[in-house]
Amino acid sequence: MGINIKDGFFSDETFREDFTYKNSPQAIKRFPFPFDRDDYMYAVNLEPHTKGREGSVFEFAFDVDEHYVSEMRDRAMVLSEDPLRCQSLPHMTLAGWDLLELIMVSKARDYPKWFSLTKDGNQWHWINRPMGIDQKFTFLDETTLPYGPMEYITRQTQGDFSLQDERDGNLWMDAGMITSQADWSLDFDIGMNFMEWHAPVPLAHEKGIFDRALKYLLNLRLGAPVRRYNWTMTIDPLLDTAPETYPIWGPTRATLEKGNVGERMNLRVEVQALFRLPRSNAIAFSIRCYLVRFEDLVTVPKWGRRLHRVIKELHPDLAVYKGFLRNRPLMVEYLAQFDDGAPTSPGCWPDE
Amino acid sequence: MVTTVFPKSIKSRPIYGQLLPKHGTRHLMIADGEGATGLTDMLSKIKNDRSEFLNKSHIVYVPGVNGVDQSDVLVGLGAAQFYKSPTIDAAMPRLRLILQDARMGIQFYLSGTESLMGRVQTAIMETGYTHSAIQMEHRGSLSRRVQCVHCKGITENVKIDPFKCGHCGLHLFVRDHYSRRISAFQGVNIDAEDPGVVPPSEERFL
Amino acid sequence: MIGDTKIKVRVTDAVTINPLIKQFRFVSCDGSDLPAFSSGAHIFVEMEDNGTRRLNQYSLMSTPEDLSCYTISVRRDDVGRGGSVFMHNSVKPGMEMVISHPINFFPLDVRARKHLFVAGGIGITPFIAHMAQLLGQDHKFELHYSARSHGLGAYVDHLKDIYGSKVHCYFDDKNQKINLENLLRGQAIGTHVYVCGPKPMISWVRQTAEQCGWPDQAVHYEEFLAPPTGKPFVVELARSKKIFTVSTNQSLLEAIEAAGVDAPYLCRGGACGQCITNVVSCDGEIEHNDHWFEPDEHNEFGTIMPCVSRFCGKSLVLDR
Repeated sequence: MGINIKDGFFSDETFREDFTYKNSPQAIKRFPFPFDRDDYMYAVNLEPHTKGREGSVFEFAFDVDEHYVSEMRDRAMVLSEDPLRCQSLPHMTLAGWDLLELIMVSKARDYPKWFSLTKDGNQWHWINRPMGIDQKFTFLDETTLPYGPMEYITRQTQGDFSLQDERDGNLWMDAGMITSQADWSLDFDIGMNFMEWHAPVPLAHEKGIFDRALKYLLNLRLGAPVRRYNWTMTIDPLLDTAPETYPIWGPTRATLEKGNVGERMNLRVEVQALFRLPRSNAIAFSIRCYLVRFEDLVTVPKWGRRLHRVIKELHPDLAVYKGFLRNRPLMVEYLAQFDDGAPTSPGCWPDE
Repeated sequence: MVTTVFPKSIKSRPIYGQLLPKHGTRHLMIADGEGATGLTDMLSKIKNDRSEFLNKSHIVYVPGVNGVDQSDVLVGLGAAQFYKSPTIDAAMPRLRLILQDARMGIQFYLSGTESLMGRVQTAIMETGYTHSAIQMEHRGSLSRRVQCVHCKGITENVKIDPFKCGHCGLHLFVRDHYSRRISAFQGVNIDAEDPGVVPPSEERFL
Repeated sequence: MIGDTKIKVRVTDAVTINPLIKQFRFVSCDGSDLPAFSSGAHIFVEMEDNGTRRLNQYSLMSTPEDLSCYTISVRRDDVGRGGSVFMHNSVKPGMEMVISHPINFFPLDVRARKHLFVAGGIGITPFIAHMAQLLGQDHKFELHYSARSHGLGAYVDHLKDIYGSKVHCYFDDKNQKINLENLLRGQAIGTHVYVCGPKPMISWVRQTAEQCGWPDQAVHYEEFLAPPTGKPFVVELARSKKIFTVSTNQSLLEAIEAAGVDAPYLCRGGACGQCITNVVSCDGEIEHNDHWFEPDEHNEFGTIMPCVSRFCGKSLVLDR
């Protein structure tokens, strides 16, 4: 699949081996910095996923940025190596169609120069210009697409997706396309309920975070999606940090040194959104991953100061769970250079 | 032999109860090793005439991998059907057929090791029957089925932690994170960040 | 805070099905498709009845695949609060109304090997959508439908025409009863049963299923909950600084809304917990009519669910 760089917008970059990934100045400015204050602890930080600030990652339901085409190329490689990263239990096909419709309608509306969708009853025509796709198919008929509906559309959409069936007063993760996860296995977790797949997260259960979140999500309504952040750290801009490949990327954690922290340590932010789906009554959970190298992030002074403070004071259990406890001293030492102790403004946006 | 009490753990770690006799059109009881007395303890909770219950019962028993064989306490009970299988694997085809033809109103009573109960539970779930109505009581060995998250191979009867994956040879530490669908705990490479640095194994699941 | 966007619709049909039941068909005012929905979903229909604003819940019985219209059926209840009477007497073709987005508390369990439907009277409506959904997907299902008589059994002939031997009807006036125990005992493992109808029928199915050894998770039910009526009472809203009377046929939630205060809600039937409101002070007795809390939890939390609960006494002040 060739990269469409005609309009000069989409980058041609890699998220593995030579890691040519880089953020343009615009991408750095619009990075979804997740900390609105100088410390961090888990919270049920759900807010309405409505049209956000123009130019920001929250402007549209599904953000398409300069990394789009390269990310999809990386996803295709991950799936070729390990097809188990995309699975759908048999009863979830209708939910897959709901997701396909949601994404196609949203993208055609929000990015008309790149995507278009025309419907004639159930005969649909989808065009994805950046990826060079022109597909006619019958909505609700799997035999007319090259993949199941969830796989088809998520091979063209940035971010991981899980589809959750609602039953017995709980949510069950019964389908997913998971190639850019922060260290959890779809193949192992598929079929689990909300409490079970969150079981390994430290501290949050005792705080009642998941009980409240589940109650909120069970009342999630059509047309009223919500979003929240999650974050972690990754060495090198590697999207695929799955447990399956841990023996490959795990060793890099021991290779961080004083001289390469700025270049190799990345803040990894997940902007997560939850949508109620109409025909299946399921919930779609999108997990959109953004990566920025420390040396780029600190070009925004407020973020440099704040990140230093958050990482320095973070509860050690969280640092262990997020995989960077051993490297925390190096990270704090690097970031300290960018923290002059000045006060930081509340909220996540950079100061103008 | 008493019911096993597990230390408090994460939410995906299964919790087992104590078997209670219930209303049903048929009673399917499956046990391994010390689980036989889990079944007989359940039957002793039936206040009145046990024969009505036993006339609707089918018992399948597998001697424990640790050599424990309590089939004698089950043979003479008077269940409508009693079958002793040499291993869990060998019992599965029979079980699958029973499940295929089963009717709603059937009650399930499982007792013994997590491996037996987990594998039977997975087979029952494949019929569309809800897992939460399957009664399970743990007795006997704590040994675990562990799936290597890297190669997907399952190693049976894991008693130590860390251990060597029986399929790909990686050294794995055993998590309490459990999948009902696969009926196994998760094993993750312990020396990924520092290859070769493997702590000595402890006997944790005897 | 209502949360759901409303849809402006126009009534295209108001058809008498039988002496008790009338069917209504809605299309969107702007001609666009209505939102897709999952079978079992219901909508709230808003009605202004002589100064009283009501939101009544009705199951969608139209085929989920047809987004050009929504169809509901309303059973007239002469001793109720007046919503169904309003629908029967005052809603005419051409009229514009407001409805909510569909919400579903009675979905199919899509893993089931077979779906067994038990309907009583107007409880048939959600199953009409369910069966249309399943027919398109080649799933196994069966309907057992009990009504007072053939004449009062809405859609009996229509359903038999489409679904043939999958539909079994029982009429009270012919002394026909569902042989429920036999029916439940004979179902293959992995079957789920769904019941919708009068409260005693729901209790009967749930109890019989339990005695036959069915797990709770395989038994689904939907009750058409309406807020109970009662003696009028006065209530004060501490934050909004309003005092008003809740009348006999008006729920506390409706009175709060009529006073111009936005209050959260979802099911409006005491089953979902969304409208839980803190009680600032109470001199009298709160009649808790919800299904959300356990009986002893009400006092512990000092809350009330205004969609269904009422009050009798000197004063009630709420944190709203």
